[in-house]
Amino acid sequence: MSAPVSGARTAAAFERARAEGRAALVGYLPAAFPDVEGSIAALRTMVDAGCDVIEVGLPYSDPVMDGPTIQRAVQQALDGGFRVDDLFRVVEAVAETGTPTLVMTSWNPVERRGVERFAQQLDDAGGAGLITPDIIPEFALEWIAAADARDLDKVFLVAPSSTDERIATTTAQCRGFVYATGIMGVTGTTQATAEGVAPLIARTRATTDLPVGVGVGVSTGAQAAALSEHADAIIVGTAFVRTLLDHADDRDAGLAALRTLTEELARGVRRA
Amino acid sequence: MTDVSTERSRFEADDQGWFGEPGLFGGRFMPEALMAALDELTVAWQDAMADAAFVGEFEQVLREYAGLPSPLFHARRLSDRVGCRVLLKREDLNHTGAHKIRNVLGQALLTKRMGKQRVIAETGAGQHGVASATAAAYFGLDCTVYMGAVDTRRQALNVARMQLLGATVVPVESGSATLKDAINEALRDWVASVDHTAYLFGTAAGPHPFPSMVRDFVRGTGDEARAQCLEQYGVLPDAIAACVGGGSNAIGLFTAFLEDDEVDIYGFEAGGDGVDTPRHAATIHAGDSGVLHGARTYVLQDDDGQTVESHSISAGLDYPGVGPQHAQLAHSGRATYLPVTDTEAMEAFSLLARTEGIIPAIESSHAIAGGLKVAEQLAAEKGPEATILINLSGRGDKDMGTAIEYFGLGEAGR
Ligand SMILES: Cc1ncc(COP(=O)(O)O)c(C=O)c1O
Repeated sequence: MSAPVSGARTAAAFERARAEGRAALVGYLPAAFPDVEGSIAALRTMVDAGCDVIEVGLPYSDPVMDGPTIQRAVQQALDGGFRVDDLFRVVEAVAETGTPTLVMTSWNPVERRGVERFAQQLDDAGGAGLITPDIIPEFALEWIAAADARDLDKVFLVAPSSTDERIATTTAQCRGFVYATGIMGVTGTTQATAEGVAPLIARTRATTDLPVGVGVGVSTGAQAAALSEHADAIIVGTAFVRTLLDHADDRDAGLAALRTLTEELARGVRRA
Repeated sequence: MTDVSTERSRFEADDQGWFGEPGLFGGRFMPEALMAALDELTVAWQDAMADAAFVGEFEQVLREYAGLPSPLFHARRLSDRVGCRVLLKREDLNHTGAHKIRNVLGQALLTKRMGKQRVIAETGAGQHGVASATAAAYFGLDCTVYMGAVDTRRQALNVARMQLLGATVVPVESGSATLKDAINEALRDWVASVDHTAYLFGTAAGPHPFPSMVRDFVRGTGDEARAQCLEQYGVLPDAIAACVGGGSNAIGLFTAFLEDDEVDIYGFEAGGDGVDTPRHAATIHAGDSGVLHGARTYVLQDDDGQTVESHSISAGLDYPGVGPQHAQLAHSGRATYLPVTDTEAMEAFSLLARTEGIIPAIESSHAIAGGLKVAEQLAAEKGPEATILINLSGRGDKDMGTAIEYFGLGEAGR
């Protein structure tokens, strides 16, 4: 196994992008979609084609922040027999590439496994940290302690509806980066715009020196370019998932489409 | 002014929504995007409950529009059968046919007070959806109801009712296509619409303040029943009973009696095919602590924390979670929760129809089935003077399709 990728590694990827005068590209896919091996091949393709950071989703039966496209993919993973142990296998296979690999998860699977044990397994697999869309820091004290003990990244979300006070308490608990939601809504529905997100990014920057990534509602190279004027990272999920759903019967064609989209977005974050 | 924090009963949630010990049951496990709305709702609900004008208007609309207070009825033929006094709180006589109207009129009135024009709701049996559509029509609000596709089929009559009342009914195909998935979809709508939309939560579950707020709006059931029992019979009941899906009708009845230590409290969950089979919805009996739909509570889940699909013949009890206050009442031992199977519930459904001329909701039939067992024990221990008070949470019109199929009814000559 490669050396564990600790929290500092996510920061390093952001620093590298910043040094190149661009935003970082963060790509999401659920683990075990279309199946365990297929998700590893897809995530490695995304790394190869220009993603700076990877988010591996934990398929969960009752997601709140996922729109219809991601939910279809997640349901396919669950119907295919996904187990949480598969998640750590996928994380390990992707982290081996040296690309910081975080897990995006709803809260209950973490709690069910035991927060300490989940954190340890994530660390052992070389994962960089957790992105937790349905829990706020005030309710995540056990995770914060487990993450701090292992130097894992803690990525909480801020939203356009967040008050300045809530943004400050949230970013104070983040490590790695801060996730700013681009729209009020779930993934894969409406599209984020630079004008729409800029105020939230500015309000977030006023509270922290951490990099600020924008996700939810971002799917094209043009958007990536526009949002890169404001954010340190562009986070894309639904659009990647869709390339695989659109080529469900032809895995090679799906991977080719995924590569093309990754390259387009990678050009976008370079504002090219 | 008195200090609210020192006055708080041991059954109240704290400021973060924890019931009992902080961290154990309740809380607010929701995306940051909804925090501002949940905070706004908490303040609005607390202000409203402290405002005599709001409370007065709520009581007036319950009285004049919903037909409350509902009667407390002495079921004599049932009483003879079990050997002690059986009292039924007749929430089936409420406008729209269930206890749900109390909650919804309260939340809709609060929506008006908050200046919002659109409401969304989720529904299982359809009773909460019908109540929401009714309140929306009454107050002139736009209404969208999310309903599992499976439930739209088994409760088609209620779908038609909601449509007639002007609501849009959205069938939800994801997951098990039942109540829990309808809640997920409603939450997703809310994330996108929270600036102008109120989520009329259908039961005493979900993130803080919903479990406490819904309880406040339905607690009239128990307040009325307690006063009626004392006035009509001069005693408190020895035991009270209600069915538990998410737990709104149960907490509505229980709240008035929580401090009466001599009153035994029973909640009856859906035992489906039996709690030793995989097909049931007995969350407290068979679930484990977890987080679902915004609260830490008991959840039917597998080793990975994935929600397990529940089963019940009654759509309204077919839910793999339960309100966090019930989790706490079970944990602390103040209330006892037991499962009742589909078969037992349907036997009680038929029994109540034939002995008292009341066709109950199948949900409520669980309370009847369980309550009558308790009544027999009480009669054996205390004799004919013993009293059990059972919440008849709703009427069975919506369940006629299920009953026709289950009993093979509808052909003349039977
Ligand atoms: C008549 C009736 N009783 C009970 C329930 C169960 O809900 P709760 O446990 O919230 O009372 C329902 C739900 O639809 C219902 O319609």
